[in-house]
Amino acid sequence: MSDSPAVMHAETADSHHEHPAYQRHHFESVAQQFDATNFAMWLFLLTEVMFFGGLFTAYLIMRNWYYPAFVEASHQLNIGWGTANTGVLILSSFTMAMGVYNAHMRRKSGLVLCLILTFILGLGFLGIKSIEYTEKYEKHHIPGFHYSMSSFLNPASDPEVHNSYPDDKPLGLDMARHTELYFFLYFAMTGMHALHMIIGIAILGYLIVRAQAGDFTTGHITYIENFGLYWHFVDIIWIFLFPLLYLISRH
Amino acid sequence: MSDLKEMEEQENHIVSPMIYLAILGALLVGTGLTVWASFIDLGEWHIAPGLTVFWNPVIALAIACSKAVLVVLFFMHVKYSTKLTKLTVMSGFFLFLVLIGMTLTDYFSRAWGRW
Repeated sequence: MSDSPAVMHAETADSHHEHPAYQRHHFESVAQQFDATNFAMWLFLLTEVMFFGGLFTAYLIMRNWYYPAFVEASHQLNIGWGTANTGVLILSSFTMAMGVYNAHMRRKSGLVLCLILTFILGLGFLGIKSIEYTEKYEKHHIPGFHYSMSSFLNPASDPEVHNSYPDDKPLGLDMARHTELYFFLYFAMTGMHALHMIIGIAILGYLIVRAQAGDFTTGHITYIENFGLYWHFVDIIWIFLFPLLYLISRH
Repeated sequence: MSDLKEMEEQENHIVSPMIYLAILGALLVGTGLTVWASFIDLGEWHIAPGLTVFWNPVIALAIACSKAVLVVLFFMHVKYSTKLTKLTVMSGFFLFLVLIGMTLTDYFSRAWGRW
């Protein structure tokens, strides 16, 4: 079952069984180690689901309470950038899945190429996100002392958005105040997601170096497989963030 | 030792690139579909006074859930993993739905009929 080239000696077989260097000694086999780490990774990801779930729940409740504010505030987001980012992230999930495949097939150059592509696509996602954040900064839509409600008190003062959504009525002061809540949740959710991306990209950098050294193409695939799970999980979060933040307030 | 045999099969199970490509295609189509659907007013369904279902968010979330299921099953290999992993993932998401569902029904029904 193990692909270890080592020979078992009869006198040491009971006390010490030979195994590949990447198999920890307390596991019976590489397969058992794989299943155990895979299981642990899923437990971690489920805690992450609960963590993001709290943010999603807060968003849904606040959206229900301050519906007009959330609708008009979400009209500030650019669906073009959001769609592009969704495409970039799905593509990066595909290259990551192909990386896992290459690790299984023990193809070093393929694995390194896939990891580098995933790395670049991840940076591309953050680049697009930073364009969007910059726009929010320029319009004073970042919650805090400098937050500006003018786009919502007087939609005509924001011609770019007003032309796309001519039906948006000016909000009363009390409702307009709650647009800040939308942007607070927008930055909390996309910011937390972006933080996960940054952590993922940092780990990817480490994995690329190790993969280049040939560490993951000798049958040792647990790191690549479990990092893949993390990366796909971050993709799933975005799959829900995109419709909730960008799309559902158009009608 | 059927467990051991099962584990061995799992370790050797390698998802083919064609499946990954098909999932990539499905995910991109789903993204296009959800953006397209958001530009159309899908209307609403008045079940009872004060109880209305708006189709746009329902459709958007249905597409998002389908995409997430594809990612979990194929990219994250749950379809090919052990029963333990399958059960853990399913119970985790089930617990998540209970938590979010109970919270939302509470919040949405507190002021029922008083708006």
